[in-house]
Amino acid sequence: MRKIVSIVIGAALVLAALPALAQDKVITMSTTTSTEASGLLDFLLPEFLKDTGITVRVMSKGTGAALKDGMDGNADVVFVHDVAREEQFVAEGYGTKRYYVMYNDFIIVGPESDPAGIKDAPNSAEAMKRIAAAKAPFVSRGDDSGTHSRERQLWEATGLALTDAKSPQDADGWYFSIGQGMGEALIFAEEKEGYVLADRGTYLQYKFGRTQPYDLVVVYEGDDMLKNPYGVIPVNPEKHPHVKFDLADTFAQWLVSERGQQVIADYQLHDQPLFFPDAK
Amino acid sequence: MDFLTQSIIEAFRMIWSLDPEMYFIVYVSLYVSFFSTIIASILGVPLGFLIAVKQFRGKRAVITILNTMLALPTVVIGLLVYAFLSRRGMLGHLGLLYTPKAIIIGQVILILPWVATFTMAAVSRIDERYRRTALTLGANALQAALAVAREARFGILAAIIAAFGRVIAEIGIAMMLGGNIKGFTRTMTTAMALEHNKGEFVLAVALGIVLLAVSLIMNVALQLVQGKYGDNR
Repeated sequence: MRKIVSIVIGAALVLAALPALAQDKVITMSTTTSTEASGLLDFLLPEFLKDTGITVRVMSKGTGAALKDGMDGNADVVFVHDVAREEQFVAEGYGTKRYYVMYNDFIIVGPESDPAGIKDAPNSAEAMKRIAAAKAPFVSRGDDSGTHSRERQLWEATGLALTDAKSPQDADGWYFSIGQGMGEALIFAEEKEGYVLADRGTYLQYKFGRTQPYDLVVVYEGDDMLKNPYGVIPVNPEKHPHVKFDLADTFAQWLVSERGQQVIADYQLHDQPLFFPDAK
Repeated sequence: MDFLTQSIIEAFRMIWSLDPEMYFIVYVSLYVSFFSTIIASILGVPLGFLIAVKQFRGKRAVITILNTMLALPTVVIGLLVYAFLSRRGMLGHLGLLYTPKAIIIGQVILILPWVATFTMAAVSRIDERYRRTALTLGANALQAALAVAREARFGILAAIIAAFGRVIAEIGIAMMLGGNIKGFTRTMTTAMALEHNKGEFVLAVALGIVLLAVSLIMNVALQLVQGKYGDNR
């Protein structure tokens, strides 16, 4: 009898320990929608798993929410694109170090007819100014994401009179702050025949990855203000002792290693390279 | 825990300070819910009434369809109406997509079966002899019908209040057809989803409190109506 009891207890202990063992090599990453929507993570994470045996669980949301996840200890690592806020995140002790990983670029997409005539604008601020002057429909993410922050910076660079939130008045009937993701914003712009600031990856995915073709075209691109750098930051274990810092740091180190950078450079979306390695 | 209490305290401060952005969101929510309930009632109450009192071929099929439509998910309605209102859709030229009107259209489709079936149930409960008595007392068909409707009024009112409660808490249609435009189609539920996405909680909690308060008022009203209804029997 005693033997049976001890076997049962032993088996129960082994069973209880199994999920814990399986869980050991899993980290949670909060990231921006663009890394996931562009398909990069589906390409990158299996390679990382092959090299290190670490599984990464991805939660994709706006950069603001992703950083908030890091601050609250709901993620082990964040992978986002808003340098100013990322540096603040590290300065406030929530993250240990910001690693430069890669960059891609923002583009202004809109209807082919280009009603505001921004195609030949000398710079992106001028392009935004022309959109505002023409009161052409403009769709703003309005969700505190990295793309939304960049849009606010562009508006600020125009020198137009802006509201507290550093974007044009919302009620004018041309500026739509929709508080949704990049994909929804692109669909919205398509419906309203308006302009939208987009990351190239999501745009390509929506332009060529859909069964139904899509009217939006790239109307303005290639300005320093439109460069979009991504950084990865492991969450500081001093703030949140439960985070899996070692595994998270392994992930960050791998991304900036020669191998990780090569994987990023190899990734193509609809035959176009999308992210450019940028480790320093 | 600290985090939650702090959010709640901040939320009450926001409600108390009459924050204009928050109150506009509440206004949009009440506006679309009010009009969708009114329209659904104008269509749904007579529909439910007719199904209850008339005998016709296929009555069972109609009832089955209505009951099935009770379970229609909001995203399905959102998709369907979107396909019609999209620029490439049949009604695209009307420019209704991403306006409060689009939300109202979707929400009417959502609650019309509710109002109709609950009206039907309320009217069916009135004894058929009631109508016949009215007719023998010299009422014409319309007057007899009105007499039955009068008798079922509390049940019908309860159906309408329940429908309002359903639309004000609804998010799928408001997001897909309204588009969550700040200062135009942003409702309480879509604003809460956005604030959560942004990782900000104060406005979301404040709106949650207002939404619960509205639901509470609706349910108290429902209780009062049902209480009266019970007394009447």
